[in-house]
Amino acid sequence: MAHTVTSPVYVVQDNIDTDQIIPAQYLTLVPTIPDEYQKLGSYALIGLPDSLYPQRFVAEGETLTEYKIVIAGRNFGCGSSREHAPIALGAAGVEAVIAESFARIFFRNCVATGEIYPYDTPVRLSEIIKTGDVATVDFDTDTLTVNGSSYSLKPLGEVRPVIDAGGIFNYARKNGMIASH
Amino acid sequence: MIRFLMTLTEKVLARASGKTHVQPGDNVWVNVDTLMTHDVCGPGTIGVFKREFGKDAKVWDRQKVVIIPDHYIFTADSMSNRNVDILRDFVREQGLPYFYDVIDDPNGHWSFDAGKGQLARQYGSRYTGVCHTTLPWKGHTRPGEILFGTDSHTCMAGAFNQFATGIGNTDAGFILGTGKLLIKVPETMRFFLEGALPAGVMAKDVILHVIGEIGFDGATYKAMQWEGPGVYTMSMDDRMTIANMAIEAGGKNGIFPCDQKTLDYVRERVEENGTKQDFEPVDLDRDQSFSYDKVFDLSKLEPTVACHPDPGNRKLAKEMGNISLDRAYIGSCTGGKTSDFLAFAEVVRGKTVKIDTFGVPATTKVVRELKETLWSGQSVWQILESAGVRLTENASCAACLGGPVDTFGRLNKPMKCISATNRNFPGRMGNKESEVFLASPYTVAASALTGKITDPREFIS
Repeated sequence: MAHTVTSPVYVVQDNIDTDQIIPAQYLTLVPTIPDEYQKLGSYALIGLPDSLYPQRFVAEGETLTEYKIVIAGRNFGCGSSREHAPIALGAAGVEAVIAESFARIFFRNCVATGEIYPYDTPVRLSEIIKTGDVATVDFDTDTLTVNGSSYSLKPLGEVRPVIDAGGIFNYARKNGMIASH
Repeated sequence: MIRFLMTLTEKVLARASGKTHVQPGDNVWVNVDTLMTHDVCGPGTIGVFKREFGKDAKVWDRQKVVIIPDHYIFTADSMSNRNVDILRDFVREQGLPYFYDVIDDPNGHWSFDAGKGQLARQYGSRYTGVCHTTLPWKGHTRPGEILFGTDSHTCMAGAFNQFATGIGNTDAGFILGTGKLLIKVPETMRFFLEGALPAGVMAKDVILHVIGEIGFDGATYKAMQWEGPGVYTMSMDDRMTIANMAIEAGGKNGIFPCDQKTLDYVRERVEENGTKQDFEPVDLDRDQSFSYDKVFDLSKLEPTVACHPDPGNRKLAKEMGNISLDRAYIGSCTGGKTSDFLAFAEVVRGKTVKIDTFGVPATTKVVRELKETLWSGQSVWQILESAGVRLTENASCAACLGGPVDTFGRLNKPMKCISATNRNFPGRMGNKESEVFLASPYTVAASALTGKITDPREFIS
């Protein structure tokens, strides 16, 4: 079966740091406690300034977002090492973030947790696509299709099987690097 | 024998992975010397460790785990208090020797007494304060070693000639169980410092200048190596300030060569604390491969400000006099050391601040030193209080990143704040419509006196 996701996209610009993805006041929530994991999702991207992003990412009172694809500019996820950031997005239902570039620790945390696929693209999609446009990510062919155009995404290479497995522990077990449960 | 020429970061990673040689792009399994976690990411890390290795699992090496509650301590928020208790339970269960708890009772529960106010001391005898400033103080940083921490400013320990970087809970949980981590060897950028800093200019200005030069993502995935005669003129505190902000340019780590100052500093502290005493520094090869190499003349630098909304948005303080401020803040891992408060006090001594000014020492040792350091018979603590600075004894890093709403110094409404901290993305210190300007303790002090962003050389002879 083809591995794709079709959803309205949420578009953000450059330099969205982890404080905007999940503000520090919500870091009291512990991601490995299931209730608190869900709550983290409800606060995803709540740190974006309202003046620049009037459309909320997760509707008031909801835990899931209607946007399963996030489109971003440069340096998405910069700032702190908090794993709460990819987890909040994953818990809210995001499957892929497509950015011009990612900050290092955020990218690594996406892979380690297996929460979301962090795709790089050379195209400045954040200026071409608008929040609410409906797009499809095809994970088998690494392409994004939106508004009648297709864009190839940079293949995730050696980290891809880690995300497919659901994170570093599942991957390590599958490959005999650590003992199975 | 072939001798491979490597950068400092490559040398540390090669040794830690049992190889004679590594190069940028290699993925290597490194043996971890120290893993640090704190109250914000520790409970999740422990959760990952237990989920993956079983509820009865033991950490790979008790001597190598350091747990430092420091983020959300002095708050009545019950979830925050609970998270400190989760750390304590884990430390007791595992028998971990290095836990700098806020209370003395190993079976107790932490709760903050808001009735006692935010200023007076509310901690026991073991509490230390901000993790990155605690690590060197308590003898956990050593040249040539590998340190991972669940905090992006873990890179501060690169000042001590080691590889140090921030990681997430999942990677930290993996280390707790195995003592290893798979990492990619970064390319190295060299920043070669010549000359000495002029009056009124601090290490903070150096790093703000450099981030402005290469951009907020200019070092993404890379090691920032500091070299040159200018480096050796700097104190360990100065080097820590610079290494701390590698992450603000996207860097994987910052690293300094080891000199006599490094050795003296480290030896004194490992002996004092009875921590591991043997270590082997990495030295500089004559020929190394860099992806970027630039000389900076320290004597040409001027007081520098990173303007809202990112640490690379650089301007000179002298060009910014028209920006009125609502608040000044001195504190954090990078800006709350004793040397930072002494510089601040030099400027405000005998004067009165014009705007709300908050001071939060990084560690309980800084509190003690400010109280014990006398200038003309008056303690620096008193000098700061007389100048109108609101100082707390409760060392912590919460306000730098906002934290719970009752955090001392948090920006609870839209305001403009000049701060000696390290990060200024929107909402960083609380309210998401507020604006944070990053500067040296000198510049923060001068700006606190005038209520506008001010070049401190107006106050320093």
